[in-house]
Amino acid sequence: MIEIKDLHKSYRMGSNSLHVLKGINFTAEEGELVAIMGSSGSGKSTLLNILGMLDLADSGEYTLDNVPIKDLSETKAAQYRNKFLGFIFQSFNLINYKSALENVALPLYYQKVGRKERQEKALNYLERVGLKEWATHLPSELSGGQKQRVAIARAMAAEPKVLLADEPTGALDSKTSYEVMDLIQKINDEGNTILVVTHEEDIAHMCKRIVHLKDGVIVEDKKIEQVRAQQYV
Amino acid sequence: MWDDCLIRYTLAYFINHQTPTIMFDIERWQEIFDTIRKNKLRTFLTGLSVASGIFILVILLGFGQGMRNGIEHEFKQDATTSIWAWPEITSKAYQGLNPGRVIQFKNTDYEMAGRMFKEDIEYESPRVFVRSVNINYGSESLVYGIRGVSPEFQFIEGFSTVEGRFINYKDEVSLGKVAVIGKKIKEDVFKDVESPIGEIIDISGIRFTIIGVFNEQNEREEEVIYIPISTAQRVFNGNDRLDTMSYTLPPAENFDEAVAQAVKFKDNLREYLKKEHKVAPDDESGVRVWSAMEEAKRYYGITNNMKLFFWFVGGCTIIAGVVGVSNIMLIVVKERTREIGIRKALGAKPWSIVGMILHESIFVTAISGFAGLIFSMALLEFVGPHVQIEYVKNPSVNFNVAFSTVMVLVVAGALAGLVPALRATRVQVIESLRDE
Repeated sequence: MIEIKDLHKSYRMGSNSLHVLKGINFTAEEGELVAIMGSSGSGKSTLLNILGMLDLADSGEYTLDNVPIKDLSETKAAQYRNKFLGFIFQSFNLINYKSALENVALPLYYQKVGRKERQEKALNYLERVGLKEWATHLPSELSGGQKQRVAIARAMAAEPKVLLADEPTGALDSKTSYEVMDLIQKINDEGNTILVVTHEEDIAHMCKRIVHLKDGVIVEDKKIEQVRAQQYV
Repeated sequence: MWDDCLIRYTLAYFINHQTPTIMFDIERWQEIFDTIRKNKLRTFLTGLSVASGIFILVILLGFGQGMRNGIEHEFKQDATTSIWAWPEITSKAYQGLNPGRVIQFKNTDYEMAGRMFKEDIEYESPRVFVRSVNINYGSESLVYGIRGVSPEFQFIEGFSTVEGRFINYKDEVSLGKVAVIGKKIKEDVFKDVESPIGEIIDISGIRFTIIGVFNEQNEREEEVIYIPISTAQRVFNGNDRLDTMSYTLPPAENFDEAVAQAVKFKDNLREYLKKEHKVAPDDESGVRVWSAMEEAKRYYGITNNMKLFFWFVGGCTIIAGVVGVSNIMLIVVKERTREIGIRKALGAKPWSIVGMILHESIFVTAISGFAGLIFSMALLEFVGPHVQIEYVKNPSVNFNVAFSTVMVLVVAGALAGLVPALRATRVQVIESLRDE
């Protein structure tokens, strides 16, 4: 599903050049649930930017669902993003003046899905995360866990190939974190490919594979025995 | 890479979204109405600044027009087409005559000119100043100028009679001993009688009956007593001497034509009078002819300059409005950085972001611009006619002018909004979304 070969990225900071990614090789098959771990400055954000087509690598190859991702115009990148990727963020990033339903329906708007169909689909996804009765509520009326579930429903609504979750439990307490991880695991059980960036060990162990990033290189890549979040809920 | 794409996105937006697409993209409109409905205060404040900008501009232009109207009105009190001729002392030798010769107009000059320029003239009247006379009203001695004129003089000066009547043709033929006095004289001298009509004044031993009171814009012009010119010449030893000759010309199609007509008549009249009195053709002195129209042209010039000035001020107001809109849009973009980041992450194309911001701002500017326009026009419409300030009359504004101002504001607002909108497309998604 995802194939990265010898990925390099450096940022120019004035006269200094900061080499962030120093040759990343990484492959993820369809249906995998991968945790990307690393301390801050390890390059995991940059990797996520590149995987999310929000930034371009200096060199190296990136193939997503057999489509080579290179020489993208920003418009093309936006199209691919909409078609291939769903994002889940630490701070949920719901649009605060739109109801839960409208937030979930937004990626479908950019897919040019008609209004009515959009609403039906969005309601369906809200039901799957257990928030159907909260559809008309604004994000400010929801708890943190509920917000993240709305965000997950939104990421799912576009039916992407890959879900990219950037510290999805970073702003939640343990119990809510496990609830969210439970949901992510269930989505993964249905065959969706998910990448989770995290620095929490217990969250990482709820994935099926852990990739450790340090100073711009992968220092460890191992399959693990998945801890089911269900038991903590 | 992102930077050099910006211009392409902008162009792509305008190419992909030609007018029909913008107008009928219902999804986009729904999205914009949602945004506006959920951001009422922000939208209201943006709209208010635009509306008050337009309001100020329209009121300003309205008062500019009002001042123009006022000046025109003040000026129209005197018949603007009047032309006056009077004799002077020559300054050049001509046909064996020495310079310094005193020219004297005669009745024949007036009659001949009247016959020659019959076609061009609307009203005409000669005038003599009656000098060295004593005026008495009862036991009171009066010090006023006495002038002999023809009946048509009232039209040349634009008098309106407030009581009685002006000198008429019959008075002139019958050498009537009648007098018309200015309103100021009535107020000063005849304050004890109910009406000065029928009162007798004594002018150097001859009794004149007052038949009318006239009203003039200028108070000094009201301190004059008019009697028939025939009487003035016959009774006060004026013989056939005249002091001035005055004319008005018929109304012309437009202002420029009126000026041309006045200049032509003035030149012809002077040429004729100079020839009659053997004044050198190149002598500036000798015969003077003055045209009110040429004076009027100067006044119109002033109001034109004023109009220009008001447009300048109006233009500055528009610029201020545009800067305001642009400023607010910058704040909007900053405020919505996170939202824009979210939209981009969800697959919004750059031109859809640009389009969203521009579309919303143009919609808001247009609606509030029209609100300001309608409110200010209504104010001018209802309050304008009641404005009672000197030199300001019926402030009003040309609707087309105001309408195009709003259009300019909308377009300029959109242009000013382009920079913030383009900045919006540069929002870095992960950075904008990472932290609260």
